[in-house]
Amino acid sequence: MAPLLQLSGVSKRYGGVQANAGIDLSVDAGSIHAILGENGAGKSTLMKLIYGVERPDEGQVLWQGQAVTLSSPSDARRLGIGMVFQHFSLFETLSVVQNMALIVPGSKGELATRIRDLGAAFGLSVDPQAMVHALSVGERQRVEIIRCLLLNPALLILDEPTSVLPPQSVALLFDTLRALRAKGMAILFISHKLEEIRELCDTATILRQGRVTARLDPRQGTAHDLATLMIGRPMPPPVHPTPHGLGEERLALSNLSFANDDPFGVSLTDVSLSVRGGEILGIAGISGNGQQELAALISGEIAMKSGAGAVQVMGQPVGDLGAAARRLRGLAFVPEDRLGRGAVPDMSLADNALLTAHGRGLVQNGFINRKAERAFTADCIARFDVRTSGPQAEAGSLSGGNLQKFIMGREMMLDPNVLLVAQPTWGVDIGAAADIRQRLVAMRNAGAAIVVISEEIDELFEICDRLQVLHKGHLSPSVDVAATSVEQIGTYMIGAAA
Amino acid sequence: MTILAFILAGTLAAATPLLLAALGELITERAGVLNLGLEGMMALGAAVGFVVTYTTHSHLLGFGVAALAGIALSLVFATLALGFMANQVAAGLAIGVLGQGLSSLIGKPLESQTLDAPGKWAVPVLADLPVIGPLFDQDVVVYLTFGLAVAIWAVLNHSKLGLIIRAVGENPHAARAIGFRVLRIRLVAVAFGGALAGMAGAYASTIYTPLWADGMIAGRGWIAVALVVFGTWAAGRIAFGALLFGALSLGGLIAQAAGVALPSQLLASLPYAVTIVMLAVISSNRRRMRLNTVASLGQPFAG
Repeated sequence: MAPLLQLSGVSKRYGGVQANAGIDLSVDAGSIHAILGENGAGKSTLMKLIYGVERPDEGQVLWQGQAVTLSSPSDARRLGIGMVFQHFSLFETLSVVQNMALIVPGSKGELATRIRDLGAAFGLSVDPQAMVHALSVGERQRVEIIRCLLLNPALLILDEPTSVLPPQSVALLFDTLRALRAKGMAILFISHKLEEIRELCDTATILRQGRVTARLDPRQGTAHDLATLMIGRPMPPPVHPTPHGLGEERLALSNLSFANDDPFGVSLTDVSLSVRGGEILGIAGISGNGQQELAALISGEIAMKSGAGAVQVMGQPVGDLGAAARRLRGLAFVPEDRLGRGAVPDMSLADNALLTAHGRGLVQNGFINRKAERAFTADCIARFDVRTSGPQAEAGSLSGGNLQKFIMGREMMLDPNVLLVAQPTWGVDIGAAADIRQRLVAMRNAGAAIVVISEEIDELFEICDRLQVLHKGHLSPSVDVAATSVEQIGTYMIGAAA
Repeated sequence: MTILAFILAGTLAAATPLLLAALGELITERAGVLNLGLEGMMALGAAVGFVVTYTTHSHLLGFGVAALAGIALSLVFATLALGFMANQVAAGLAIGVLGQGLSSLIGKPLESQTLDAPGKWAVPVLADLPVIGPLFDQDVVVYLTFGLAVAIWAVLNHSKLGLIIRAVGENPHAARAIGFRVLRIRLVAVAFGGALAGMAGAYASTIYTPLWADGMIAGRGWIAVALVVFGTWAAGRIAFGALLFGALSLGGLIAQAAGVALPSQLLASLPYAVTIVMLAVISSNRRRMRLNTVASLGQPFAG
């Protein structure tokens, strides 16, 4: 019997970048097939080709043995291909059932019934009448999956589905996917998380730099073997920090509350934390539970009109001060979005360095000292191993990992008393991520107080001394990493603990 | 006729050209396209509508050709903004200036000529009510325009077509990913806006003040654009703004006639100022603004 979907020699080029080169892939009904690769390995491009969002330059796509041309997502859907996107393709200002009605025929009443039925059958419960902007990320993912299932697909594509889920929801999702497989559905599961693939998938195809480097049964090898195939060299070792003496308290939030008047935002309630010199505090939790608001309140992007004492840097109340005044007190900040807030994409690296390092002799008598600016930037590029053509390169031309290293370097070179880093390794390849983590630990050992906001639990367990979990604007009590488990943190992440 | 009766009788008609143009712009903007050429499309529609009605003595024909002229000009805009992905603000302004120039050119030979306005139609029973009776003695375009406002509200909020338009405006990339032809939907929305703007102009020149004077649209296109934004892209609030403007402009006329000791220019500018202030207050509700703002408005979309 012919495989459900077969690709032979499929290639796709964007400008000078060969995103996919000569890819062969074969997916059978009733199986879960993993596509494994780093950021930029070509996974997303390959899925866009299968789902008809992009067309291949070369190669052939066979569906149940027949050659097909997929020129739009509706072609793919007509064949029976459904896709759940990494960045959801839902419309926030519409309700759940309205989102469904856009592509699924039927009256709203019928759809609402079918949504509830599917939810009951596959553990995907969601309120059909809820507005999408009011849903949690996990619920939105369920909505996307239900929207696909309503069309009875033969093949379901999931792009990095677990990157946004707490551990408990991951287990639920896997149960759902196994139930679908038992019904004969084929599932393409895209991920860079090795343990998950070993737990769930029957087959794995590994991509590196746009090419297939291996096809194997993921249950046979170890996670280490898979990683080596994926990044082309052994995994960098983790950098667990060793306990050492702590300095004085450098950053403290006491009973900080913030009422957000943005309906898409989160309000914070009674948030307290304290960080001393020489330790890393991790803020765990799924994005969208108040991380952006917390970061803005600490960095000074949101300054409070009253209650300045709720935020203290080096023992001084700073709650009513803006970002620049807080930076003068030794606070440095790496925001989660590199392009737009961490750096100005259209400006050179040198000019981007100037933005926060202007106090380091880069400006004299109100004029920019270009020589000093270039020297500072070149120093940062060299010390932090930023791969770029030089200080004059535009920030937007760097890859995510290199730009993140540059921004981290710029902030670290300010020798801050307190460093706040949001999502340090989002969209950064494994090598650069390991490098960034090592530097954070080195800075901690040198005595800085560091707060890391991240949704990668493994990362937090690797580098942090203590963890607190943010859920719906509430911050859990602090727990020592050595005395806790991923399960306990996961319980906090879904708000199940008191 | 009492002052109140005068205002009630005239408000709906004064609001009609604004509302008609604003409803077209509402659909255009809900699909994610900002067309600032409204003033020019109205001016062109006014001139074309006047010339056609003057020569053929048919208001219907005048409206039809004015709608086509509005569509034609909006398609020039669409070619620039959707086809070549030009900056929508700049393209809209350019189209606006072009429309006003064409309007002067076409209307020139008929400067100061007048037309017969079509008769009014009184709604049985309702028109005889005390006090509010004058509201129900209007020309047919007024009824159709307010009916259209209700229809557009219903389509946007309760039909699949409305869902598609809103989806394309909120997130064109996601809309494309689930298989909608974003540019085609936007093109139709722009053309619809052009048709209504052309007819709004024709209403102003052939029915509301059936006399050709160059520049007679006098900024009403801009007020319509402001109505859409400050009305937070909701048909009901846009209609409210249009009515407020209509009532105030009549109030200004009455104040002038009564000899209020204010410069006439100040009185004439009052409706513009008050409408904007009122709507700015309405739209200062941040929550309402966030929930209704068209997320991709004005951003070019490739593909």
